Amino acid sequence: MGEKLLMKGNEALAEGAVRAGCRFFSGYPITPQNEVPEYLSWRLPEVGGTFIQAESEVAAINMLYGASACGARVMTSSSGPGISLKQEGISYISGANLPIFYANVMRGGPGLGNIAPAQGDYYQSTRGGGHGDYRVIVLAPNSVSEMGNFPKRCYDLAEKYRMASMVLADGLLGQMMEPIEFDFEPVDPAKLPPKEWALGNAEGRERRIIRSYDLKPGYLEKMTLKLLEKYNKIEEQEVKYEAVQTEDAEILLVAYGTSSRISKEALMLGRKEGIKVGLLRPITLWPFPTKILGELSGRIKKILTVEMSLGQLIDDVKLAVEGKSRVYLHGRPSGGIPTGEEVLEIIKNICSE
Amino acid sequence: MYQGVIMSGFGGQGIISAGILLAYTGLTEGKHVTFFPAYGAEMRGGTANCSVVISSEEIASPVVAFPDTLIVMNEPSLTKFEPSIRKGGLLLINSSLVSGKSKRDDLNIHYIRANEFAEKLGTIKIANMVMIGAYSRITGAISIEGLRKSLKKVFPRARQDILDMDLEALKKGMETV
Amino acid sequence: MEKKVFSRTKGLTEVFMRYCPGCGHGVIHRLVAEAIEELGVRKRTIGIAPVGCSVFADEYFNCDMIQPAHGRGPAVATGMKRVKPDCIVFSYQGDGDLASIGMAETVHAAARGERITIIFVNNAIYGMTGGQMAPTTLVGMKSTTSPFGRDPRVAGYPIKVCELLSTLEAPSYLARVSVHKPANVIKAKKAIKKAFQVQIDDLGFSLVEILSQCPTDWFVTPLQAVEYVEKAMVPFYPLGEFKTPEGKKEPAKAETKMAVEKG
Repeated sequence: MGEKLLMKGNEALAEGAVRAGCRFFSGYPITPQNEVPEYLSWRLPEVGGTFIQAESEVAAINMLYGASACGARVMTSSSGPGISLKQEGISYISGANLPIFYANVMRGGPGLGNIAPAQGDYYQSTRGGGHGDYRVIVLAPNSVSEMGNFPKRCYDLAEKYRMASMVLADGLLGQMMEPIEFDFEPVDPAKLPPKEWALGNAEGRERRIIRSYDLKPGYLEKMTLKLLEKYNKIEEQEVKYEAVQTEDAEILLVAYGTSSRISKEALMLGRKEGIKVGLLRPITLWPFPTKILGELSGRIKKILTVEMSLGQLIDDVKLAVEGKSRVYLHGRPSGGIPTGEEVLEIIKNICSE
Repeated sequence: MYQGVIMSGFGGQGIISAGILLAYTGLTEGKHVTFFPAYGAEMRGGTANCSVVISSEEIASPVVAFPDTLIVMNEPSLTKFEPSIRKGGLLLINSSLVSGKSKRDDLNIHYIRANEFAEKLGTIKIANMVMIGAYSRITGAISIEGLRKSLKKVFPRARQDILDMDLEALKKGMETV
Repeated sequence: MEKKVFSRTKGLTEVFMRYCPGCGHGVIHRLVAEAIEELGVRKRTIGIAPVGCSVFADEYFNCDMIQPAHGRGPAVATGMKRVKPDCIVFSYQGDGDLASIGMAETVHAAARGERITIIFVNNAIYGMTGGQMAPTTLVGMKSTTSPFGRDPRVAGYPIKVCELLSTLEAPSYLARVSVHKPANVIKAKKAIKKAFQVQIDDLGFSLVEILSQCPTDWFVTPLQAVEYVEKAMVPFYPLGEFKTPEGKKEPAKAETKMAVEKG
């Protein structure tokens, strides 16, 4: 806490993770998140932690599986194509109830795509992403400050529920610089409560097994229903969002991350012209702020989702409003970044309908 | 007060460093700031540009689509960004490397022979600082004193004589406009 | 007076093993279990079960166990050992797991010199999925995906893992043994114990490749399987030590050096 620093988003993310108690990182280089491993390659040894440049994203996520199983606060980061490779491991980690933290600094896709900021991995992040029935807690920062402060929240949630938790950012948030103030005291991982399930020294206790399978008929269904119980609780208790001028709004923007910054500019421009624009920014993408959107949609009849993808966020919005409002999309995929003016034009068109 | 700035040139002209210096100085003077570099796949050559916002209010979008100020260090940058400058905005042109004139008649335009000034001070590498000095004087968005103090913070590994030269270049930029 | 001359090792649980008659896994499990028990490290040992016939190894070994994705054992072991350097970490893997889908993880864990032990069971076939061709299936050997015998023009040649890994700088102990005859079982036990000792002494990466038999998926009797190991496998996969820790120097702390020196 204290000093205001000017930091790059990726470096804030890395420093935030270390301050939150991260002591193990493995990853593979990919733009636009390279500052994360570069920073941690010198920063983790400073605090007695381990940095490994893995041979692949597949290996990196599986190193996390092992390190987390032994009780460490662990992290990996990548961008879309690398996160796709990590999905196998994330599914196993979810099935084995292990806490991990990872970040996706999104770039344009599909395929190799490009390295420009994009939000095309919304589905992948909020729907689990790999095989099987599971969820990942997804936090979407929209500033460098949040890039630095969200890793702590992710670790707390991941350990509270014993599951994967991630930061979903994009190339702009990763590459931009902004002032940041850390809003928490550095965590000493040695002082965290012992994990009663972790592997390691078994002296004086029964042996422990960590696995994601059960081949006895009917047992896996029970295991997965246990996951559902956990997920239901999270949907009830962990939703976070930011509502801006929604009280008198006649049109509501819904956007997260970089798009929410641009939407906020559009809101300010619109308000200057007397248009009653509101903004709802989901901070947790899963659990999604379904309830508040449902409430707002009773009153605000026009909703516009602004996303740097081809209509992914809009699905969750539509599910939340249950047909009570008309939902419009402004989606710019694969590296297209909307501007405030551009969004304002669309707002005007919708309002004049 | 709100200033959306785009600075653009070749890779190697110190575009990114100058942008960070602007943003950092703004921060130390109590302003809200954002800095966003265009990041390409090429490591050398190519074009480099960055967007800086300095504002007395909280900054909504860090994306500068329509700059209040454009600082161009080479010819292609002028062609690329000139049309997007806001009406009445500021255009600073490094006329050592840009031979053409601006086509806009609704802007405050300064032609600065930044490379020549820089070379006289010791190295063309500090042409970026000449432009920042000029920007500081014209807009007042950041002060020369703030810039001076920020140099050491932004370039912690630079030798003192280089920092001294940077400061001279900043001053030269101020004098020329 | 009664004298107890043999008992079940504490390294194994009481769980009934579900391996086929004549399979080598049971013997190999016991050798590994005896090794960690005799070396006195069982309570600080973490084992990694593969995907394959020995996926249930997490039920059989009487120590902390984890079961990760197919082929990823060496990466998981890396994460564990780096976080718990005082623990003894071993990854038990079959040929598909280690030499096919997990080859990258195997080679790189070995190249980094991770202080882990890999028990690599090579029976030249995919057992659990029903007898498909493995990366170690011999030329001419029939499997459910090479029904006319492995044809090198289509499927290439089997991979000799110990030979391949012995080209690397970092590994400290690489050995190939078999369990098809009592004498070989005794040698296998020695090699496995040595591999664990290398880890206990913090000397680096160790791997023991164990030629094993799979009568079920080879479609032969257990006796014929043993004979096949002797006559077909051992000639192609020579037994012995490929790398030993003796005389191996600790890597010096890296000096910062540029690829091209100035001047």
